[in-house]
Amino acid sequence: MSVFATTIPSVAEQEPLIQLLAPDGTRTPHPELDAVISAAAPGSDGDDLATPERLRGYYRDMVMIRAADLEATSLQRQGQLGLWASALGQEAAQIGAGHASREQDYLVPTYREHGIAWARGIEPWRLLESFRGVSHGGWDPNELRTHPYMIVLGSQAPHAVGYAMGLQRDGVVGTGETATDTAVLALFGDGASSEGEVSESFTFAASFQAPVVFFTQNNQWAISVPASVQSRVPLAQRSRGWGIPSVRVDGNDVLAVLGAVRAALDAARAGEGPQFIEAVTYRMAAHTTSDDASRYRPAVEEQEWGEKDPILRLRRHLEQLGEIDEAFIVRCDEEAHELAMELHHHIHGMEDPDPVGMFTHAYAEPHPIVEAEREQYLEYIAQFEDENENDKAEQRGEQA
Amino acid sequence: MSSTNLPIAKAITAGLRDALRADDKVLLMGEDIGVLGGVFRVTDGLHSEFGSQRVVDTPLAEAGIVGTSVGLAVRGYRPVVEIQFDGFVFPAFNQITTQVAKMHNRTAGAVHMPIVIRIPHGGGIGAIEHHSESPEALFAHTAGLRILAPSNAQDAYWMTRQAIECEDPVILFEPKKRYWVKGDVDPDHRPELSPWQAEVVRSGTDATLLAWGPSMPLALESAQAAAADGIDLEVIDARSLSPIDFPTIAASVQRTGRLLIMHEAPVLGGLGGEIAARISEQCFYHLEAPVMRVGGYHLPYPPARMEHAYLPDLDRVLDGVDRLLAH
Repeated sequence: MSVFATTIPSVAEQEPLIQLLAPDGTRTPHPELDAVISAAAPGSDGDDLATPERLRGYYRDMVMIRAADLEATSLQRQGQLGLWASALGQEAAQIGAGHASREQDYLVPTYREHGIAWARGIEPWRLLESFRGVSHGGWDPNELRTHPYMIVLGSQAPHAVGYAMGLQRDGVVGTGETATDTAVLALFGDGASSEGEVSESFTFAASFQAPVVFFTQNNQWAISVPASVQSRVPLAQRSRGWGIPSVRVDGNDVLAVLGAVRAALDAARAGEGPQFIEAVTYRMAAHTTSDDASRYRPAVEEQEWGEKDPILRLRRHLEQLGEIDEAFIVRCDEEAHELAMELHHHIHGMEDPDPVGMFTHAYAEPHPIVEAEREQYLEYIAQFEDENENDKAEQRGEQA
Repeated sequence: MSSTNLPIAKAITAGLRDALRADDKVLLMGEDIGVLGGVFRVTDGLHSEFGSQRVVDTPLAEAGIVGTSVGLAVRGYRPVVEIQFDGFVFPAFNQITTQVAKMHNRTAGAVHMPIVIRIPHGGGIGAIEHHSESPEALFAHTAGLRILAPSNAQDAYWMTRQAIECEDPVILFEPKKRYWVKGDVDPDHRPELSPWQAEVVRSGTDATLLAWGPSMPLALESAQAAAADGIDLEVIDARSLSPIDFPTIAASVQRTGRLLIMHEAPVLGGLGGEIAARISEQCFYHLEAPVMRVGGYHLPYPPARMEHAYLPDLDRVLDGVDRLLAH
């Protein structure tokens, strides 16, 4: 036996996957996470995340965001968006993680976090602004407690840790005040987990015991490259070398995600340092509307994951509980259709911004070169306005 | 307190100390900046005065240092990060150019990035590879960043203060070869000259010599030597490299008719090229000669025993002046 210890392959095979809802909707008890989710469980803080009303709320949220997602793909096909990155199949991971966070927490997303945004109250049309090309963002991060969407993957991870270091300095970690103690949820995928900045973020978070939860949605594919190329061991094991506790959960199971993320954020908020969660899920659509997934993955794989669908799973669970009826399901579908139509009309009616706006926010303080170039631009386009006026005057003359 | 005589390094220390005292949102981060006081001792004594929450010894990871400073800035802090040497900034290049420079624009002004990135820069110190570089053009090319390059103790103090007060991210290129050159600092009276303006430090009539940061002593020495030959050079300290103060440079060239730009960075693609192009556009009918440049070659920075041949020196600057005046 070698003196060099490894986690491959024996530990990999043993890495558990926590699942509270089986694909057929069957509920499996889990004492530790049940204490987080259910008010009835021993050790609960009284905030019941699994009341029938809340479960129906998660169901409605997932139906709504899926409809918005499908509509966004249609809008791209209609030429209304330059690109769309679908989150189909990842609704439970995102709605679960979003609702597990508390109002004061700060969430740091990638560009495929539409369910997270929905759970944080960010209207879907705001997400579409950057995909349409009318802005690079769309919201005030401090107002909505959500960082901008991040395109350079992995770059957001140290931002999350830095924000968490700020929370430590502000004295809002580990005081026991549940209304003000705050943590950060840093999101990234299996692909971005290979970025050096994610590893550096683990180092900073561990060394300073920053109140940050790293939440990886392992959706199996980084465009065309499978997760096995990103990591030889389950990603959940990645952080343990840094001394960051971690867990692997079924990302298509909204209750498992809720429980794990709530428990991890509570620990971080209480001053217990960083935590890491791997949510195992699947990117049901192609990487983006510019991608063709049939070039690199078999259709049978998509069919297999389709049977683990997060929305269907929660609906079956609610049916087993006798807490959902056809009228509710129909109402959700109708509301989702209305949302999609609103989105459709909002985007179709969205006017292009005046290009002079591109000069406005490059700097916070006056900048002589940007100001000079803005003036040059305005003078340049003013020439054509004169020409347009002349053209109109000529037309009027001809008509007269 | 009236004017005191301080080396440039200690003027920066004083600037950092006064900024830390003035605003409790200011904090310093970097490698070895705490107990050790920085490899150049620029943060000497600050850890003991302000503690490890405000003077933070970080892990050895530049992207992490700059990346976490972005998060701290979103949270309302004003991080001042130290990159240990110019050649070590590149692991943080992504964070600086895609995040620090763009977050204000990305959020349509909702989030400010009052981050200062201190970088000891320039060569001539006999160092090993990656310790002598002048990467200012790489950052000046990136919109969203500002760059200051103090050349003397008074500017070193005040530019440190003003960079920290600025709502935009500022890269502070510190002239490491001149860290221990002393000069008068008046911390009680805010200078009238904006940090974003160039300064005519010697008046002259025959040609304008423009330089900045560690090259300024050589520029002034060259003007003295030229004067002995009867050539009267006007010398400008650019001070700000982003934005560059073109009006001050153009006004000088309109008086002298000639411009020589001197920097340690490679001439090819360097800031001298941008300045030459703008001055040619703005002063074409005043120019008696093409704008000329003296600087590093299009090479990786050479080993220390060869750097004397790579860096501009008195003879190369005077040779440039001769070529300029030959027209």
